[in-house]
Amino acid sequence: MNTPAGGFFTSRLDKMIGWARKYSIFQYPFVTACCGMEYMATACSHYDIDRFGAGLPRFSPRQADVLFVVGTISHKLAPALKMIYDQMCEPKWVVAFGVCTCTGGFYDNYATVMGIDTIIPVDVYIPGCPPRPETVLDGLMKLQKKIQNQPQMT
Amino acid sequence: MELGVTLRKLKEKFGDWLFDVGQAFGDDFFVAHKDKVVEISRFLRDDPDLRYNFLIDITAVDYPQRRPRFEVVYHFFSLPFKQRVRMKVPVEENHAEVPTLISLWEGANWFEREVWDMFGIRFSGHPDLRRILLYESFEGHPLRKDYPVNKRQPLVGPKIS
Amino acid sequence: MRNELMDNVETSTPVSTNRMRLSIGPSHPATHGTVKIDVELDGETMVDAQVEIGYLHRAFEKSCEQGNYMHPIPYTDRLNYVSPLICNFGYAQAVEKLLAIEITERCKYIRVIMSELSRVTDHLTCIGASAMELGAFTVFLYLMKAREYIYELIEDVTGARLTVSYVRIGGVKADFPWEFEKKTRLALRKTREVLDEVDRLLTKNRIFYDRMRGVGVCTPEIAIQYGITGPFLRSCGVNYDVRKVTPYLVYDCLDFEVPLGIQGDNYDRYLCRLREMEQSMRIVEQAFDRMPKGEINVDFEGRPMSAAEMRDLSKFGATEGLLRRSVNAEPTLAGSERVFSGLVNIPERKVMLPPKEETYSNIEGLMNHFKMVMTGHGLRPPKGETYTAVEGANGELGFFVVSDGTDRPYRVRCRPPCFPTMAALPHFLIGYSMADLIPTFGSVNMIGGELDR
Repeated sequence: MNTPAGGFFTSRLDKMIGWARKYSIFQYPFVTACCGMEYMATACSHYDIDRFGAGLPRFSPRQADVLFVVGTISHKLAPALKMIYDQMCEPKWVVAFGVCTCTGGFYDNYATVMGIDTIIPVDVYIPGCPPRPETVLDGLMKLQKKIQNQPQMT
Repeated sequence: MELGVTLRKLKEKFGDWLFDVGQAFGDDFFVAHKDKVVEISRFLRDDPDLRYNFLIDITAVDYPQRRPRFEVVYHFFSLPFKQRVRMKVPVEENHAEVPTLISLWEGANWFEREVWDMFGIRFSGHPDLRRILLYESFEGHPLRKDYPVNKRQPLVGPKIS
Repeated sequence: MRNELMDNVETSTPVSTNRMRLSIGPSHPATHGTVKIDVELDGETMVDAQVEIGYLHRAFEKSCEQGNYMHPIPYTDRLNYVSPLICNFGYAQAVEKLLAIEITERCKYIRVIMSELSRVTDHLTCIGASAMELGAFTVFLYLMKAREYIYELIEDVTGARLTVSYVRIGGVKADFPWEFEKKTRLALRKTREVLDEVDRLLTKNRIFYDRMRGVGVCTPEIAIQYGITGPFLRSCGVNYDVRKVTPYLVYDCLDFEVPLGIQGDNYDRYLCRLREMEQSMRIVEQAFDRMPKGEINVDFEGRPMSAAEMRDLSKFGATEGLLRRSVNAEPTLAGSERVFSGLVNIPERKVMLPPKEETYSNIEGLMNHFKMVMTGHGLRPPKGETYTAVEGANGELGFFVVSDGTDRPYRVRCRPPCFPTMAALPHFLIGYSMADLIPTFGSVNMIGGELDR
């Protein structure tokens, strides 16, 4: 719909849907390791992730739209991660939480996946070992910005 | 050096089957023949003067230059007498097999599976000797010194080494 | 709870049900950590359970063999990531035993205080998470609030909240900051308030009690058969705490009790952990009362000294006492023809890394640092092996370190406390109803990092 009138209408609608989506993030925490502690800290009252509309974790991939991969992914676990990603409905986003999920971190050895982006696409990388809650919130806001700015009706 | 009661008793009873007995860095240790592993452990557990009732740990060390190549290491702890002792069992690479301790301590099950997984040392009589930390399709035993630290065997994703 | 009602039904009217296999995990909300439990169900009752672990295997032991003796310290942080400081100290203690170093008195107290703070955070997380899984979300939020108080303390001292790498072989990274004692006492008071609230919310709560009491019963025989240690063992009445039985650091000078359970069920484990936190806080307060002033680091011979003192001594060539006689000193830098330099550039002059200010401001400090971290230099414990146990938050945490005389650990083995508990887990599941899996698993306090390493 590239006509001027249609473009105006869809871009407005796009913005509205984006606004709605970015403040209603239902996350699936795929928590494996150390970063889980900081994930818990972020989710709890002290840092209060609910301020960003991401307060409700859903533990079913069918109900979630952001996959938080929190902690090291080993080769043994990688098929499970892939399966969970495949089960999620579109639109979906992936956050790589912690340096192990971004690049493998200092676990450069036979057991560890060198970054989950070798298995599934990643939207936001939050580095840190583990990232401080402030960094997580920053990453979350970057994700919201990304959700807002992308075309919603594809 | 004066030996503690554990090592003295062991020497008395199993003298011919022990390669070495001693103390190092404050720990008591002895090196035993692999055929006597179960008997010695039972003696350690049941003797009224010793009563090593905890099997704390089973692990192994790989010495590629030595013959025999592997050393299976057991740690026992006696709660009544507050003593620790270490048993080391040398194992050949060709016949990497040690009798299992499951009949004495059920907890040996998983420890032995881990040693099999990491070093490829078998435990004869073990009912369920599968890999425990890695996956079945993994080839090789990573804690052996000749396994490269970053040789990966991914299940999904790109097959990079 | 054993399903007696169900048994009665079955005897009066035989109902045949097909057995069902149910796979829980590796990513399941109630398994905080990655583990797979395959249970076989007869109606609601679990008749068989298989536990599959290894999803967080990160090759800790292999990685430790790749660098020098300081290299494993960051890895030990991530073993038990809920109480990283205890793992730190456990590893350092093993290497110090190899080197035959006695750390300074003040450092021992520092390590005790930090270990106990760490233990409190671990138990807070364990109780919080298992209460949340039973629906007590408020408790979870309260306990996380308390954990935040202690994380702030840990951050003040170590600079990090979680992965602290605070220990050094022969000491710790830094002394306590200004007014730390006052802050700690305040934080402990606030933590006590939270624990009191939680105690009132949970301990006599009908729902919580019914879900926990009589569930997941562990007998002392089974616990000892499997080598289970820690709060899990103590909840069935066996008095084994490494801090009491084979004391290390200064635990024998401190007055604390070891809470024991009677029945060995989930409720007893909960109470044990709750009481242990109080004891840990008592230890911290006592340690502050008794802590001496002085240095926190040692030189190679175990003599406490400040880095500045060491530099001054070495400038005047007074390095005699600091020398490790078996090592040949070989100066490699320019300027080494000067009179004192042969004595200054001793490779293993001390175990500790010099402070950052030293490294950046003078040649001795820089050289010292360089010699400590370069491959082929650094710490070289004598040939041999040692096993050291400390009381981790989940039980006996042991480090078995083998040295071949070079600067790399030949083998580092960590004896993980929750490994035996997970091995015995089917015993605590079989015969109970499906819903009881959650509190039982919660009370095991499985930590993936130390279980799978």
